[in-house]
Amino acid sequence: MRVNLTVNGRPQQADDVWEGESLLYVLRERLGLPGSKNACEQGECGSCTVRLDDVPVCACLVAAGQAEGRQVVTVEGLADLAHERAGSPAEEAAGGHRAEPAPLSPVQQAFIDAGAVQCGFCTPGLLVAADELIERVPRPGDADIREALSGNLCRCTGYEKILDAVRLAAARTAEPAAAAGAGE
Amino acid sequence: MDFLRPTTWEEALAAKAQLPGAVPIAGGTDVMVEINFAQRRPEALLDLGRIAELTTWERDGETVRLGAAVPYTRVMSELRRELPGLALAAHTVGSPQIRNRGTVGGNLGAASPAGDCHPALLAAGAEVEAASVRGTRRIPVEEFYTGVKRNALAPDELIRAVRVRTATGPQQFSKVGTRNAMVIAVCAFGLALHPDTRTVRAAIGSAAPTPLRVGAAEEFLDSALAEAGLWESRAVVPPSVARRFAELAAAACSPIDDVRGTAAYRRHAVSVMARRTLLWTWESYRGGDRTEGGTPCA
Repeated sequence: MRVNLTVNGRPQQADDVWEGESLLYVLRERLGLPGSKNACEQGECGSCTVRLDDVPVCACLVAAGQAEGRQVVTVEGLADLAHERAGSPAEEAAGGHRAEPAPLSPVQQAFIDAGAVQCGFCTPGLLVAADELIERVPRPGDADIREALSGNLCRCTGYEKILDAVRLAAARTAEPAAAAGAGE
Repeated sequence: MDFLRPTTWEEALAAKAQLPGAVPIAGGTDVMVEINFAQRRPEALLDLGRIAELTTWERDGETVRLGAAVPYTRVMSELRRELPGLALAAHTVGSPQIRNRGTVGGNLGAASPAGDCHPALLAAGAEVEAASVRGTRRIPVEEFYTGVKRNALAPDELIRAVRVRTATGPQQFSKVGTRNAMVIAVCAFGLALHPDTRTVRAAIGSAAPTPLRVGAAEEFLDSALAEAGLWESRAVVPPSVARRFAELAAAACSPIDDVRGTAAYRRHAVSVMARRTLLWTWESYRGGDRTEGGTPCA
């Protein structure tokens, strides 16, 4: 069957999709977006976390046909999403195409700066989950962070640096807003 | 395999009547695991994700009619007051990603003895609204679970909603697992005080072939509370009563040894959870809370 969906803001079409195929398989094997990782295929590890109509889900547990007509954001789209949230419409006005890729999102930069990446396999899922948390809860407490990331397994870091990274990203995201608020 | 995408409930019922082998899929958190692991190759998937009325709930007299495809995340955020036991149980399911997709209707459809919603539904009092092109019937949730991963649905039926009695008193849910997130229950316990009828209902999960109410324990507790006049006095439940209730709850179990725990452990854990959930809810009742949904799981 054919599946039409919007991925990271771009309309996409996948053909010859098997009816029992997952959204994850479509993203990785048919649309050339291997950022979302395939590990447990049973919703245990969170490595395939994407946003489906804004909501974080395990792409391995979404049947491809269920994504028909829906909006999907993967780790590959996080930088653009952060850019849009920050309200930088200049590039969009110029035809929606940037000469250079958007810089990393605050969450991605914070993972690098905090040393939250070791082997990197779990990182895309954690980034999508953490990014959504900070969008929903701009100043998350540790309990919020732990719960939001409870569906993402990391077998390298022991999580402490990941928690550091999310705190850092939240602080950096809140800072410009706080500064703008104080100036008004 | 076919992929059926009805946009109305009538279309969904017609499709299920025409192709009873079609497997309904909403959140996909059970069905897709079986497909990913090649444990299941249904002739068709029946996607219920485009039927708007399945994702709504409404009050209907003394009950909440919960659409079959309302995800756990919304049960937690929208129904904590009306259905505190179910909201607590929903919060123990999987992870945020799973709770964003998984549904109470799916939990009922899968009818796993370890499903987290079942003890909460049994304790609160609930009916499953099953529908087909032949009509709609309500199945008391006690009669819905017929065996390990088996339920009372006919081949052409779909779950439209579950009707859960709105809480009239404190409710609790407790679940044993190796961590707070991403665990299937080793065993679970749900308990609801019903001050309006002066009754307590309680149920076990993952400690018998099906989720079930602990009838003898309920009867003992109802008479013990009545004899001592505790509903009126709101005095402390005597330790001997709590202990006997816990023993009878454990006796209702027929657990198995498996990778998650031994039968003996499950029986012991059920007795501990029975005693704790009784004392937690009774404390709330004594404090005058109409409902309780805040205490974390054991």
